[in-house]
Amino acid sequence: MTQTHADYQLSQLDQLEAESIHIFREVAAEFEKPVLMFSGGKDSIVMLRLAEKAFYPAKIPFPVLQVDTGFDFPEVLETRDNWVNRLGVRLVVASVDDAIKNGVIVDDGKTSRNRMQIGTLLNAIEEEGFTAAFGGGRRDEEKARAKERVYSHRDEFGQWDPKMQRPELWSLYNGRIHQGEHMRIFPLSNWTELDIWHYIDREKIEIPSIYFSHQRDVIARDGMLLSASDAVQPKGNETVETMTVRFRTVGDMTLTGCVESTASTTAEIIDEIAIARVTERGATRGDDRFSEAAMEDRKKEGYF
Amino acid sequence: MAAETTTHQTAISENADLLRFATAGSVDDGKSTLIGRLLLDSKSIFEDQLEAVETTSKGKGYDYTDLALLTDGLRSEREQGITIDVAYRYFATPNRKFIIADTPGHVQYTRNMVTGASTADLGLVLVDARQGLTEQSRRHAVILSLLRVPHLVLAVNKMDLVDFSEEVYNKIHNEFTQFATKLNIPDLEVIPISALQGDNVVNRSEHMPWYEGPSLMHHLEHVHVASDRDLVDVRFPVQYVVRPKSDEHHDYRGYGGQVAGGVLKPGDEVVVLPSGMTSKIQGIDLHDKELAEAYPPMSVTVRLEDDVDVSRGDMIARPANAPKPSQDIDAMICWMTNEPLRPRQKLAIKHTTRTARALVKDVQYRLDVNTLHRDQETKELGLNEIGRVQLRTTVPLLCDPYSKNRTTGSFILIDEATGVTVGAGMINSGS
Repeated sequence: MTQTHADYQLSQLDQLEAESIHIFREVAAEFEKPVLMFSGGKDSIVMLRLAEKAFYPAKIPFPVLQVDTGFDFPEVLETRDNWVNRLGVRLVVASVDDAIKNGVIVDDGKTSRNRMQIGTLLNAIEEEGFTAAFGGGRRDEEKARAKERVYSHRDEFGQWDPKMQRPELWSLYNGRIHQGEHMRIFPLSNWTELDIWHYIDREKIEIPSIYFSHQRDVIARDGMLLSASDAVQPKGNETVETMTVRFRTVGDMTLTGCVESTASTTAEIIDEIAIARVTERGATRGDDRFSEAAMEDRKKEGYF
Repeated sequence: MAAETTTHQTAISENADLLRFATAGSVDDGKSTLIGRLLLDSKSIFEDQLEAVETTSKGKGYDYTDLALLTDGLRSEREQGITIDVAYRYFATPNRKFIIADTPGHVQYTRNMVTGASTADLGLVLVDARQGLTEQSRRHAVILSLLRVPHLVLAVNKMDLVDFSEEVYNKIHNEFTQFATKLNIPDLEVIPISALQGDNVVNRSEHMPWYEGPSLMHHLEHVHVASDRDLVDVRFPVQYVVRPKSDEHHDYRGYGGQVAGGVLKPGDEVVVLPSGMTSKIQGIDLHDKELAEAYPPMSVTVRLEDDVDVSRGDMIARPANAPKPSQDIDAMICWMTNEPLRPRQKLAIKHTTRTARALVKDVQYRLDVNTLHRDQETKELGLNEIGRVQLRTTVPLLCDPYSKNRTTGSFILIDEATGVTVGAGMINSGS
């Protein structure tokens, strides 16, 4: 038997875990068709771990939804499959390419893949009739997210209305929705980037290998280091260089930059981000840098 | 200021605990500046965030970096220069993580302040030293007291503008202490600060040698919150029945929930409400580990020795110490929507894991949150108003007075047509 603390103190990481487990159970009890949005990134893996704990020894009582951008890192897909197989959960893949083929969204050649995920995602939620979708968003990531509720209401068009948010008091969540609407659920709302890493370290959680230092061919573009691939080729006088890098976030290969790093263990990553000088999104996500209100605009449209 | 600042997150220890605190105030009180200062001085602000704020400040023609821009997140708020919603901020020192619920101060945003205070261990009220106590600061203290926030800090800000005067501080201190005797404030600290210049925010001020108390940050780091929980009265609202129905765990039946009060141990005799059936705790699980005990706010799965009927909405307590199931609820309610609360109105009510319907029997009085006057003439509550209300529920609620337990003593009211949360309730008693 595990002995708990004699003074009945619960560490902040244990309190965050307890809060997240409470949210998972509340949603599973009150919503007809929840789904967990899985990007393959560390946050969505931590969500999966917390969901595992919430229902153990029973299986997670909802499927996992991944949007396949067509430019996902193979290492990320491998980790996804390991998790899905170990937990025995159902995996639903919504592909951006299929959505283009079926006319659900239009590829005008100007819109980024990340933005095209919105249409693909909303279509998958509508088609499968999901009423609640867990996302790995954290309030420390960005100013607009700092005000978003744990239960975040989406209308029939998947839109978020930041001015009409429901008050959210104590741990009493209101999951009422009308036909065609759904709720985004953010069980990691109160976690910070550092909390996520401490938890990965403590629980020895398997995450994609690209989070750790490795050699990679990269192209420097717009102040970011992008992974050279079929989709990302040098333009103009850009060159391909081999560098020792790691990724701080994982997303679409054409948009997600890596940073030079020698951190090869979770403990070394914790040390590295403890002295980091730039937020993880600002450093490595081309899609958030366009305007001060970039995230708020995309969220209103139905982005995660 | 910014260029030389090395920003980094402070490494946090494995056993660090958590303090949730709520701030209230308007731009004029310097609240956003204070929060910006706490984030900046605890090195929780990153270069790109600071750069964005500096650029915006310059664009607006300011000759200083407006730290308030760090916290005013939504576009409409930035345009209006006010904070209209609850925003959550995070920072950490080596032994404690802090979650700030940053709420607007104006009376038309009382509901946002109630929301922020509902989960807070500590409330931070700001006053401008030049103006002293205002109607607004009194109202903030009243709301924090109603929400039973156990610790209160009155930060007397802008001390630099009153020449760091001890007399000014003493006057505000005395006036507030006198006012606080009418409220439920178990722990009060009054700290003279200058958010703009940093006096007594993180480091003790050299300008106020007469002040012998802690700096704000020191107080936030050391205020003792662990004993605010109820570790005596066992309350375990059942959230979810865990039944794997797999070959490996064929007979497993556990009750998932978050401990709301007391300490649960295997072997303890328990009663399941509302049925009144008794049993013993067979085991307490967290994932694949069996625990020797569970206490608030742990999320665990409890197994019972007997095959009693337990479902979501039930509560596990001790046979000699259990809440009394009641359908007649007497509560203080904060109303959160335009259409007023009136007698005979029907609403959905969510209390712990139990959802029912409620009928408004009577609005006994409306509380003037500025003066504490009880207005018994008006029989309705408008947006942002707080009053004492009697409800009748369709099923019994397993409740405690809010003053005893903030989890089993609270509820929300939901409009059944729109699905919107329209009220927050704090139970005085059930009968």
